[in-house]
Amino acid sequence: MPDLLIELFSEEIPARMQGKAGDDLKKLVTDGLVEAGLTYAGAAAFSTPRRLALTLDGLTAESPTLTEERRGPKVGAPEKALEGFMRGAGVTRDQLEERTEKKGSFYYAKVTTPGRKAEVIVAEVLEKTIRNFPWPKSMRWGSGSLRWVRPLHSIVCLLVDEAGAEVVDLDIDGIRSGNTTRGHRFMGPDAFEVTSFEDYEAKLKRAKVILNAGERADAIWQEATSQAFAQGLEVVEDAGLLREVAGLVEWPVVLMGTIDDDFLGLPPEVLQTSMKEHQKFFSVKNPKTGRIEKFVTVANIETADNGATILAGNQKVLAARLSDAKFFWENDLRVAKGAGLTAWTDRLSNVTFHNKLGSQKDRIDRIAALSREIAPMVGAEAGAAALAAEVAKADLSSEMVYEFPELQGLMGRYYAEAAGLPADVAAACEAHYSPLGPSDDVPTAPTSVSVALADKLDTLTGFWAIDEKPTGSKDPFALRRAALGVIRLVLTNDLRLHLDRLIDAQLLRHQIDTNGDEKQVALRDELLEEIARHGVFGSAVRAIVDQIEGDAPEWVAKVTEHSRDLSDDLLSFFHDRLKVFLRDQGIRHDVIDACLAMPNADDLTLLVKRAEALQAMVGHEDGTNLVQGFKRANNILSQAEAADGVEYSYGADVKFAEEEAEKALFSALDAADEVIKPAMEGEDFAKAMEAMAALRAPIDAFFEAVQVNSDNSIVRRNRLNLLSRIRETCSQVADLTKLDG
Amino acid sequence: MADTTSKPRSFQEIILRLQTYWATKGCAVLQPYDMEVGAGTFHPATTLRALGSNAWAAAYVQPSRRPTDGRYGENPNRLQHYYQYQVLIKPSPPDLQALYLGSLEAIGIDMALHDVRFVEDDWESPTLGAWGLGWEVWCDGMEVSQFTYFQQVGGHDCHPVSGELTYGLERLAMYVLGVDHVMDMPFNDPDAPIALTYGDVFRQTEEEYSRHNFDVANTEKLLKDFENAEAECAAIIAAEHVDPKTGKRIIMAHPAYDQCIKASHIFNLLDARGVISVTERQAYIGRVRALAKMCADAFVLTEAGGHAA
Repeated sequence: MPDLLIELFSEEIPARMQGKAGDDLKKLVTDGLVEAGLTYAGAAAFSTPRRLALTLDGLTAESPTLTEERRGPKVGAPEKALEGFMRGAGVTRDQLEERTEKKGSFYYAKVTTPGRKAEVIVAEVLEKTIRNFPWPKSMRWGSGSLRWVRPLHSIVCLLVDEAGAEVVDLDIDGIRSGNTTRGHRFMGPDAFEVTSFEDYEAKLKRAKVILNAGERADAIWQEATSQAFAQGLEVVEDAGLLREVAGLVEWPVVLMGTIDDDFLGLPPEVLQTSMKEHQKFFSVKNPKTGRIEKFVTVANIETADNGATILAGNQKVLAARLSDAKFFWENDLRVAKGAGLTAWTDRLSNVTFHNKLGSQKDRIDRIAALSREIAPMVGAEAGAAALAAEVAKADLSSEMVYEFPELQGLMGRYYAEAAGLPADVAAACEAHYSPLGPSDDVPTAPTSVSVALADKLDTLTGFWAIDEKPTGSKDPFALRRAALGVIRLVLTNDLRLHLDRLIDAQLLRHQIDTNGDEKQVALRDELLEEIARHGVFGSAVRAIVDQIEGDAPEWVAKVTEHSRDLSDDLLSFFHDRLKVFLRDQGIRHDVIDACLAMPNADDLTLLVKRAEALQAMVGHEDGTNLVQGFKRANNILSQAEAADGVEYSYGADVKFAEEEAEKALFSALDAADEVIKPAMEGEDFAKAMEAMAALRAPIDAFFEAVQVNSDNSIVRRNRLNLLSRIRETCSQVADLTKLDG
Repeated sequence: MADTTSKPRSFQEIILRLQTYWATKGCAVLQPYDMEVGAGTFHPATTLRALGSNAWAAAYVQPSRRPTDGRYGENPNRLQHYYQYQVLIKPSPPDLQALYLGSLEAIGIDMALHDVRFVEDDWESPTLGAWGLGWEVWCDGMEVSQFTYFQQVGGHDCHPVSGELTYGLERLAMYVLGVDHVMDMPFNDPDAPIALTYGDVFRQTEEEYSRHNFDVANTEKLLKDFENAEAECAAIIAAEHVDPKTGKRIIMAHPAYDQCIKASHIFNLLDARGVISVTERQAYIGRVRALAKMCADAFVLTEAGGHAA
């Protein structure tokens, strides 16, 4: 049972691609070998900046010989057909066998595919793997047409057994496989021969290459933390950075350097971001003060001066970077403390947000207006909510955020604090972008919640107003993420909002052009506030419109003639996102549909409460049986209503009840009502559903004992009205007809 | 010949050593292109010569202009006019990385003491319709060069592939010479009778051009110049391939490409003047790219572009 060793040696492979490339190499080669009939005991893949390697042990030396039987033409078929069959099967006339079956006599041939040697299969599979390797981006070089992530220089391909190592011969565009490789670019550049995986790994280590990326990462982390520990400091953990750095070196040499005192006043996030993004440095923190005081860089070489030159160079580059950052920070603080954050916001009137949605300043004004309207609904103070929205994006004008866009929000918080703004306003500057991803924390401070909701709703209504909705996989403005953000803000904070009113108000804000006229702006905001509170067709809006003195601005017609189509469309987009969100939490899609059919479906918290109660009910036997009983009642009733042309919705009276089961159902419904009514008033859907589920037995008994379509028309009508009571009672939490099954 | 075992002492010595090094490695040492360009890549010796099947090896210094980077000569390492050193070899030789590392040794960077790394950096020039894969080369954490295998230029696949090396000369020289502010860097030998610093040569021009680029350049004129260059480029390309006067087949890829270069620089100036909005920006880049593509299409029909005569 031979072992297989493969190494593909190239120029530097991007760090982010190495891990997956190792896995791909393993998968493609092992799949190919297995498909060709070989088996193996174990496999492991490795990657460094300059090589991918694969070792397999216990590979079978050849693939098994396969024999199959093939049926050919009928005996007596034309000679041509028979010749073709024999050619295909690789047999001669005398090797054919005649067999008589139901449908006649046929020729049969035994076809043997001989087993192939492992080296033949390995060569084939490796060539195919190299030519079809799934690099995220690949390139050509020189005059060749082979593609690899960067120029491929050499291939080791060895089969090793007791007798020794044998090179598997292959030639790919002039690159001939062999048994030699090289070590570290500077510390072990000479070629050497390898005879097995163990030999390969050991010789590499002597030539200053650690083959295993995990081993390199461990070595870096251990050395970095112990150097930090020796000085009473700790390295800030960053698994992504560690992985990346381990992919940038073949022989890690950890060096700890000092950050000049001049820069220690910078916010720690700025230091960390600048060092990580530009230099791939780890931050080293003083646990007592929480300040970042040093850095760790990982070099790829051991030097005679123990890294002194390298460290000095790195410190110099860092100092240049940080003096830029310090310059930005100090300039920004001067603005924040002097002219204030509104000076920055004003500058945003020159920055286009989107050519159909105006400038960033226009956007901020809209968000502030909506945030003021949302504030009382989320327990925030309206003035603070509006102020926070006005300054939340001011840092987009700051020099620091221009340089490090990923610090937006965070810098806003620092600058708001510097400007002496209240703590909740400063916090909202940072928190209003959240939640970004599905696992991002959701803000809970009322001022932050108000701005976060207003920001996302403004984006959604804006792109809806200009008809730039997401289609298929295209969502360039991340609108799905914004909608999910709104959903999570509402649910996490248990907010009771009429989302459609907010949508109407903000859609209109996008559509109304006041020309900046102060009186018009005031009128607009008064109208939209009423819409946000009471809805677009409320009498409050009417009353304001009626009171307008003199000529009403042209846009007032937009308010009075507002069509709900667009806001309904956006609301159903929210519902789609909610379905995805709830499905991930295990709630069935038909359960959600059943709840969406109920009134006030724009109140997402209410909607989810219904869905959770219904999901719980359909999860047990009484619940599913109740649904069956309900559907039966509903079907009989609907058919009768359609046939009779009337609606049986009132007047079921126990005095016309004839059967015991019928009477029992009456009293069960009465008893259920006693529980359901207060439960519904308290929005205790679980309790209401529990009471409904208790109707299952009486309903089943009723259908068992009673024929609804009695000859007595009074009795029949009474029974239909009784079914109507079932329908009414059971439809209070959700529309059960939408449930599957 | 410069003594490569010692440390260089001036900016010009670093340039001279690079010239000598690449000359000994067989490159034709060319002179800068006589037009305003944003980077060494714009020199036709790179952009156009990367196209077609003919072999090529050239090295040159290219003065480059980035109007938005002007800082009135005050920033320690930002300039609106700076120098790039450019090497282009087609087909890319298998030992290009080693050749490149040799050039660093030639300017006094000792590989046994420094940490030189090839860090992923894919290069793309939207204005040239060009892209390639390669690295930025780090020396002790500082980016000292860009190393690219050209895959496409002017919308054409590169066959064979060129290897391109670009050194930011000021930054590299500051590092080698241990200077913190570009203006303090010795330009000629510091012991020369008339020793000049980079600042002596360029401080005033940085100031003048910064003011001009940001506040004075006539944007109306520039907008017209842009359109003129664009129209001229198209007109040159549209000319008959056979010259009626000489009866020869003369496709004017280079004169047309000059207009493309001009349009690109004018766009950079307009950008520095802040008169191009975010959405217009893309449109302008697209217009320059269209010119670059026309020129590339024309060049591959010429003899230098590999067209069989």
